[in-house]
Amino acid sequence: MIQISRRNILLGSAAAGTGLALSACTSNDPAGTAQVKTDTSGNANAAAGQQVVIGFSAPAADHGWIAAITNNAKAQAKQYADVELRTVEAGTDAAAQRAALATLIAQKPTVIVMLPHDGKELNATGLEAMRAGIPVVNLDRAFPSAAAYRLQIKGDNYGMGLAAGKYIGDQLKAKGVSNPIIGEIPGIDSLELTQERTAGFNAALAVYGFKVANRRPAEFTADSGQAAATALLQALPKMDALWNHDDDQGIGVLAAIKQANRGEFFMVGGAGSKAAIDGITKDDTVLKATVTYSPSMASSAISLARLIGQGKGLSDLVELQVPKEITLASETITKDNASKYAPLGF
Amino acid sequence: MIAETALPEVNKSHRYDDGVLRNLGLVGVLVLLVIIGIVTRPELYSDPTWVKNNILTILQQASAIGVVTVGMTFVIIGGGIDLSVGAIIALAGVWATTLATQSYGAAGMIFTALVVGIAVGLVNGVLIAYGKLVPFIATLAMLVSARGLAAQISGKQTQVSANSTINGIASTKLLGIPLLIWILAVVVAAGWVLLNRTTFGRRTVAVGGNPEAARLAGINVKRHTLLLYVLSGLCCGIAAIMLTSQATSAQAAMANLYELDAIAAAIIGGTLLSGGRGTIVGALFGVLVFSTITNLFAINNLATEVQNMVKGGIIVAAVLLQQFRYRSLTNLLRRRNDPDKPSEHPSR
Repeated sequence: MIQISRRNILLGSAAAGTGLALSACTSNDPAGTAQVKTDTSGNANAAAGQQVVIGFSAPAADHGWIAAITNNAKAQAKQYADVELRTVEAGTDAAAQRAALATLIAQKPTVIVMLPHDGKELNATGLEAMRAGIPVVNLDRAFPSAAAYRLQIKGDNYGMGLAAGKYIGDQLKAKGVSNPIIGEIPGIDSLELTQERTAGFNAALAVYGFKVANRRPAEFTADSGQAAATALLQALPKMDALWNHDDDQGIGVLAAIKQANRGEFFMVGGAGSKAAIDGITKDDTVLKATVTYSPSMASSAISLARLIGQGKGLSDLVELQVPKEITLASETITKDNASKYAPLGF
Repeated sequence: MIAETALPEVNKSHRYDDGVLRNLGLVGVLVLLVIIGIVTRPELYSDPTWVKNNILTILQQASAIGVVTVGMTFVIIGGGIDLSVGAIIALAGVWATTLATQSYGAAGMIFTALVVGIAVGLVNGVLIAYGKLVPFIATLAMLVSARGLAAQISGKQTQVSANSTINGIASTKLLGIPLLIWILAVVVAAGWVLLNRTTFGRRTVAVGGNPEAARLAGINVKRHTLLLYVLSGLCCGIAAIMLTSQATSAQAAMANLYELDAIAAAIIGGTLLSGGRGTIVGALFGVLVFSTITNLFAINNLATEVQNMVKGGIIVAAVLLQQFRYRSLTNLLRRRNDPDKPSEHPSR
């Protein structure tokens, strides 16, 4: 057996440590292409105005969508000479984000944009900021109290389900399938957003008299998507359509479908990732459509926070101020319109 | 190493420990699960092709976690615990897919994953064996930091593997059986031989059972402990390649909660959480039970939260059963072999 001396071990671990440190330098550039509003010709709101300090906090999650949220916010803020973005890390849970936001509130930024870990858990922080005279822009995860925010901008989870269900229903009806077998792979099942997506999906299918035959939740990751899809394919030896809630986990779902040599059905994705839009354009897999839930909402949130800070409204509306609630539409991306949506892929 | 011969001769009953016989309870659970499957979905089970596919699917879904469990079993028998396995898989998978995907090809990716697994295992081992950190704390710290590093390296994005060789591992078959199952079989066989037929295995049992006695018997306990974590890290590296191939991608959140599944499988397979005793075959059965439950729930479209409750129940039942049987077995052997010798684990 090889003799391992104490010195060798120390050297070995030092080398490993150096390797770990080096990796930080050699890592891929996450910035990629952010979704920003650049063409502002003829928009009076784009003209530089009063200086606005925007405080920003989003969870440091390891999901592509959240990463895109932060990237978009930073990129959009850079577009304005009159905006200073002050970001605070949100840590790993609601308590950590509360603490981070408390220090931010103490710095008195003009506006705060936050994507809370959980809207219910951060509601008190929203109230605190509003009471301190700082307007709060809630990004995506609603606060229960209307007093806790100035603007709420979010995606339409129920609408995603509706859009996916409508596309599937229309396609199956066109094909003349009367009693289809439909599969569903949601993300983390305990989240309200997942339940809303599923509710919308079921409501849309009900219009056609269809229902889901089997539903296997994953965890928004590719490996969990692969496992859930493998189980689903085994349970449904024949399938007509499949809705997978999230394009990131969809990478694993598509891998499982390929590994199982299946292709008798079509699939609809969710969120509108770049990989999914590319796949739909190429049309070489079962993925035929995806319904949007775009992280571009972070870019919009920064733009709107700036307007709120400067007391301006949306120029197309009669109202003098930015509205209180904005819910993005969930659009369906197919081969026909994929090129239009490609720039929004994340 | 002088006192090596002074090591107590391993009890002959030890061989009996790692046989299928000892895991009759788990085999029974497996059979029961299959019967429930047949009764609830007879139309699926009446198709022989489907049944064959289903068996392969169950084994395939058990393959990556099975490999991790083999490493975990060694660590637990050696008196430790490795909470960082899921994080090591994520780090190894992400590192292989970000740094090596395009530039170094499949060999580079596999090499990277294995080296990262071994390196992290080495860090765990050094912290625990030489830094005298409690295994729970050291590997908990690694769990957090390795996932953090994985998120940093991957830019928090899912890293898609464009390498057809790596992606092909999951769909390649050898003699009609998926390659992933062969990998699991090789790792399990190697683990069995290592534990039951080598000095390394005997030392693992000794170190976990009573480190002080093992040290007095001439075993380099620190070095051995270190090697156990390296072994666990290596298994994670192998699993990282398997999972990356299955998902054709890697990300920082992958292999979520694998540590708990691996520990649970090892424990219900008859491994003592306090160390000194455990079996590889049992651990494999533990993994298969979980994989079969998932399959059973899927074919019946039952909610996964209920599945988790059932899993919890099975863990408790299996451990209770094993304790009961182990106690009666040791009592029996005690009476037969040496009426004066006290039981090794009187409190259990």
